[in-house]
Amino acid sequence: MIAGRHPSPLARTTGIFLGVALVCLVFADIAISTVDPWLEFGRLLTGIITPDFYATDSLGLALAYTMAFAVLGVALGNVFGFGLALMFHSRAVQVGCAVIRSVHELFWALIFLQMFGLSPITGVLAIAVPYAGIIAKVYAEILEEADPAPLKALPPGTGRASAFLFVRLPDAWAHFRNYSMYRLECGLRSSAVLGFIGLPTLGFHLEAAFREGQYSEVSALLILFYLVIASMRVWMKRPLLPVYLVGAALILPWGVAFSLSNIARFLTHDIIPYPLRAGGSDMWANMGDWLSLMLFDQALPGAVATVQLTMIALVATGFLTLLFFPLISPLLLKRFGRWAGHLFLVITRSTPEYILAFILLQLWGPSMLPAIVALSFHNAAIIGHLIGRYTESVQLRQDAVGGLNRYFYEILPRVYRPMLALLFYRWEVILRETAILGILGIATLGFYVDSAFADLRFDRAMVLIAFTALLNICVDMISRSVRTRLRLQTSLEVR
Amino acid sequence: MPLVELRDESVGYAGKQVLHGLTLTVDAGERIALVGESGAGKSTLLRLIYERCGGDAALVPQELGLVQALTVFHNVYMGRLHRRSLWRNLRNLVLPARADVAAVREIVTSLRLEDKLFAGVGTLSGGQQQRTAIGRALYHPGDVLIADEPVSSVDEHQARDILEAIMTQKQTVVLAMHDRALAIEFADRLIGIKGGRVVLDRPADGLAPADLDDLYRAAEE
Repeated sequence: MIAGRHPSPLARTTGIFLGVALVCLVFADIAISTVDPWLEFGRLLTGIITPDFYATDSLGLALAYTMAFAVLGVALGNVFGFGLALMFHSRAVQVGCAVIRSVHELFWALIFLQMFGLSPITGVLAIAVPYAGIIAKVYAEILEEADPAPLKALPPGTGRASAFLFVRLPDAWAHFRNYSMYRLECGLRSSAVLGFIGLPTLGFHLEAAFREGQYSEVSALLILFYLVIASMRVWMKRPLLPVYLVGAALILPWGVAFSLSNIARFLTHDIIPYPLRAGGSDMWANMGDWLSLMLFDQALPGAVATVQLTMIALVATGFLTLLFFPLISPLLLKRFGRWAGHLFLVITRSTPEYILAFILLQLWGPSMLPAIVALSFHNAAIIGHLIGRYTESVQLRQDAVGGLNRYFYEILPRVYRPMLALLFYRWEVILRETAILGILGIATLGFYVDSAFADLRFDRAMVLIAFTALLNICVDMISRSVRTRLRLQTSLEVR
Repeated sequence: MPLVELRDESVGYAGKQVLHGLTLTVDAGERIALVGESGAGKSTLLRLIYERCGGDAALVPQELGLVQALTVFHNVYMGRLHRRSLWRNLRNLVLPARADVAAVREIVTSLRLEDKLFAGVGTLSGGQQQRTAIGRALYHPGDVLIADEPVSSVDEHQARDILEAIMTQKQTVVLAMHDRALAIEFADRLIGIKGGRVVLDRPADGLAPADLDDLYRAAEE
């Protein structure tokens, strides 16, 4: 070691996260438990290259439902999110938004399922509610970052509403539109995944096809889904938006009945902790036992597994990003290679991590491995895409070296900081997804939530969801402090 | 045989011609300064000469091309990346080897930057960054150095030191310069460019800064 050289804060932070992830990995179960994973993988591959678009009649309908839930959910989330963004200076709104967005849309769906059954309201609200929380925060930031100069140039006495409509909104509008498109893409993925809990979207058919080993149908479903996402900018035009909204509202099966008494019962009875409902003289003692049971038998073990998996997935995402972004970087690859790289990244990031984990779980059996691979591939494809595009703006000097030397000396040092910024930005997203993967049988918090719902113990489910939300908010706060300390910034486009 | 030979060449980009009818040779061992107004075509000519050197020349582009996230050591070391094994490069990226640090320190000391050897380039002043880029070119194993305004961000005293270091460490030097007096003092051949043409090409001996005034005067037509 040469004197006068200290590890930079960036290197130190990297080292700490690497160390934590390694410790987590030592205690993780990553065994492949299926008897012959390659045999099943071979069948899957055969199915993938022989898609069968006529496997079921409901293929088109499943796709239409998937789009309908996404369009309605994102539109509603946008309206509420915009309204909340205008009130974002209020502390209560900020906290409220933080809470609703810290609960994953699948958990929201499980909650609404108890209230509205399989009515479309469940699916639309499951997307709209968390998205409103996210959109409110992003829109508020966009409005805040707007150029203050035009506002000062207004004649004194201009009303607040006029000032907003003429100065703030026009500048922010383009950002809102771009962000809405990104949200719609997320909404399509969320909507597809909602099928796994019984709504009539893509995930429902995907799960069924998988269970029956109909891999050609799986392939057809996925290919159609990729086409819908890839062609989004073609079919989603603003003049057509009303058509889509009305169309979506018309095709969804609203006829599914739900009873108001059910909703009332759920809100006023089912979710009240059991000891409080039962009452009696030793109510508070029972409540204490109940809470400690929840905490030590479910919440804490679930949280440990969730954090463990999140940390491994986070660091694995970082590693994979470093491998993925060169695939589309003009500084490192020629045109043909980049074309293949784009295709790979588009497919990997368009596949929801939940579906990816589900597929891998079928191949490898239950352990943390499918979740780690699914989370890291999906997120690395997203960050790798953004970093790859970022390298397009990097100007290398004429005499820069080529090959791996170029990668390590010219490019890696330039992209490392923005990459860490994006990685820490997605930390909380990864945690939210990790919790959800429990529904697939990995012992994260979602596993306990799902079991509680299955046992109709809604009071337990609500406590566990609240605990998960709290964990999310904590990680969000840590991530923000790390980003501030290391002065890592993400620009608007990369949210 | 000349190092670079240009015969009646024209260069342009984006549909606009920048250099016209260029005939010029550069011999090994020459110290050439290109002078002329900004926009006259000096950078384009430097780029052309660099391309004709076949990649063996060291280059200091006007925008320096430094990696801000790395230290002065790493940026200077990059002058020899192509001559070292990948393994050694990776090792130096993480934990600089004593021998390489010593070699780089020598270069950096000649540029009076030794106290910043392990400072991140992003924390340096403009003049210090410029010296780092020159350090990288000096560490480059080639005998030819091509530099675009290498002393534009430093004071005259430092500029002399830097030019001194360049002239003693490299055999053939082609510089674009805006300081006429320094150009005459350090180069042995001056090439004046105006409107994309070579309008002056003569030994520096006996030239006075005032002799170059024509280069900076608007064309009288």
